[in-house]
Amino acid sequence: MAKKLSFLNKLALNKELLEGGHRLCPGCGHSIIVRMVLNTAMQEGYQPVMANSTGCLEVCTGLYPYSSWNIPWIHNAFENVAATLSGAESMYKSLSRRGKLNNDKIVFIAFGSDGGTYDIGLQALSGAAERGHRFLYVCDDNEAYQNTGNQRSSATPYGTRTTTSAVGTADPIGKKQKRKDIMEIMAAHEIYTAQASPSYWMDLIKKVKKGLKQNGPAYLNVIQPCTTGWGYDPKDTINLAKLAVDTCIWPLYEIENRRSKVNYKPKNKLPVEEYLKKQKRYAHLFTPKGKEALEKIQQLTDEHWNFLLEREQAGF
Amino acid sequence: MSKRVALSGNEAAAHAIRQINPDVIAAFPITPSTPIPMAVSQFIADGKMTTEFVTVESEHSAISACVGASAAGGRVMTATSANGLALMFEILYIASGMRRPIVAPVVARALSGPLNIHGDFSDVYGVRESGWVELFCQDSQEFYDTIIQSVKLAENESVLTPVMPIADGFDISHTVENWYMEDDEAVQKFIGEYHSKYSLLDTEHPVTFGAWAPPDWYYEHRRSQLEGLLNACDAFKAVDKEFGEKFGRSYGVIEKYHSDDADIVVIGMGAVSGTIKDAVDEMRANGISAGFLRVKLFRPFPYKDIIEALKGAKAIGVFDRCITAGAQTAALCTDIRSAMYGKSNIPIVNYTYGLGGRDTTVSHVKTVIEQLKEAAEGKKIDLINYINLRA
Repeated sequence: MAKKLSFLNKLALNKELLEGGHRLCPGCGHSIIVRMVLNTAMQEGYQPVMANSTGCLEVCTGLYPYSSWNIPWIHNAFENVAATLSGAESMYKSLSRRGKLNNDKIVFIAFGSDGGTYDIGLQALSGAAERGHRFLYVCDDNEAYQNTGNQRSSATPYGTRTTTSAVGTADPIGKKQKRKDIMEIMAAHEIYTAQASPSYWMDLIKKVKKGLKQNGPAYLNVIQPCTTGWGYDPKDTINLAKLAVDTCIWPLYEIENRRSKVNYKPKNKLPVEEYLKKQKRYAHLFTPKGKEALEKIQQLTDEHWNFLLEREQAGF
Repeated sequence: MSKRVALSGNEAAAHAIRQINPDVIAAFPITPSTPIPMAVSQFIADGKMTTEFVTVESEHSAISACVGASAAGGRVMTATSANGLALMFEILYIASGMRRPIVAPVVARALSGPLNIHGDFSDVYGVRESGWVELFCQDSQEFYDTIIQSVKLAENESVLTPVMPIADGFDISHTVENWYMEDDEAVQKFIGEYHSKYSLLDTEHPVTFGAWAPPDWYYEHRRSQLEGLLNACDAFKAVDKEFGEKFGRSYGVIEKYHSDDADIVVIGMGAVSGTIKDAVDEMRANGISAGFLRVKLFRPFPYKDIIEALKGAKAIGVFDRCITAGAQTAALCTDIRSAMYGKSNIPIVNYTYGLGGRDTTVSHVKTVIEQLKEAAEGKKIDLINYINLRA
């Protein structure tokens, strides 16, 4: 514990690479995750160069004539953060090879949300991963298009109310499809692929370190509770990120060299209701009409969790 | 010493790119410009260029990677055509808005649908408001020269704007012509080293690229960006002059072919120029006062040079290799009519030609010149006419 705290202490004392004074909502998970990732990179002696897809994080930190970034930072568009960063990384390789640049501390980190990762940016991400650029891609997954006001994405879980998977008298469920399994998609590129939560920060930091050490792409999927889209009290961000893990809705695991590892197995696996009931986006499920959907969410969660455990046990 | 070679327009572009040897190229194959990235790949494999070649999964990612690479401080190129350029549309605006001096040769081709892979300006006309410099070329030599010139133009401190050298698909890209290739060292010396003021890779001096602008700043950004684009007109003249002094070939923002003393002036861009020049020669031999004005720089539009060049004209026919989507005339003709507004009352009519690779011959152009002669004498003529189109 003492070692843990001293690392946290050092992490917290780092120069802030994302300045305060940005416009993210109180309680937003973005800034917490970004600081964990960037401070870890800095703690490890790296000099991060960052690309950001269009989204909450970008609009709240890069509003002309202000910038919250104390590191080189680029925003291009919504769907192309991986392509943009692959260009920057290629330039790094070229200039280094041609003797015009000498800096082996530079690492490339992309931040995209689920919209820019699972959906509109999936092609660019897959392309960049296949080409093998050296970069860590962090998906801050808040399970919907939150920047435009909580529209469903393919990361939105089954039974979620969003503004485009509406709940009404004729539709008691909300989103009818389960979330896309981005972890398996990224793992299929045979790159280091990990899922983390800011509530389990030591685990997250380990994964960031591992990702940055890869001699190629790495993908990190991080749950990012959204106070406005999910509908909860801003003080509960980390609590929700913890409940997501403890209910096994958001398992902490990694896939490397075609082998998976579940990094955290809750001693007391909580029922999904414990997590869902704290969020307005699931309020419709806690009515008589929502009972079936609630059961289905538990079933989907268990199926996925059991799959992860069985696969790990089988050595894959 | 330059050497005379017999190669296609695509090969001319590829050799220009090889000699420029940019730091990064990100490209995706599309007909008719595919031979360009193919040649780049072979040049690299043969050790003839040392560019970092990013073989992206789409044109959208090609131009996105170019923006990222350019922000990282080096010289960047791509090449594309038609649907590829259309797929880049969104990021073309971002590239110019971020003042990235990217050079992207475009082998112009028809846009679908119906699918058609042949020469046409629908693609490059479609992006004429994207804030890029557009330079139209009439043959392989000019395509080669213009690509080299474009590097220097784009990186000019007063310009810092991306540039598209343009050649008609197939008519230029796949036609083998004789042209002069300069020495690698001479080309390198002409373009010089590129030094970016700001770089993503300068971790000591972190810079934010691509901040967004709310209503109280967006307008100012766009207005100041325009300044760089407009500066490209004079900057090109200077680069072109220097190129001429060094290599003996220069083009100007417009080319006047017997147009100064001509009653009838045909205006056009690109590969059709040779055909028009032949027609002008034949008509002149028959005693008809015909001339040709070739627009090389389409964006920014060199309207002052054009007005000056058209002072003596009695009738003008403007060739557009693109059909208008409901405007009064197609793009070049609209620009010419706009430039001539209040200057004279002569007929200025539009000729749509060559869509999707349709041939335009000397006899077609001669018929046009005859029509324009009658129009100059007072005969009524349609505002838009379609060359070599089935009735």
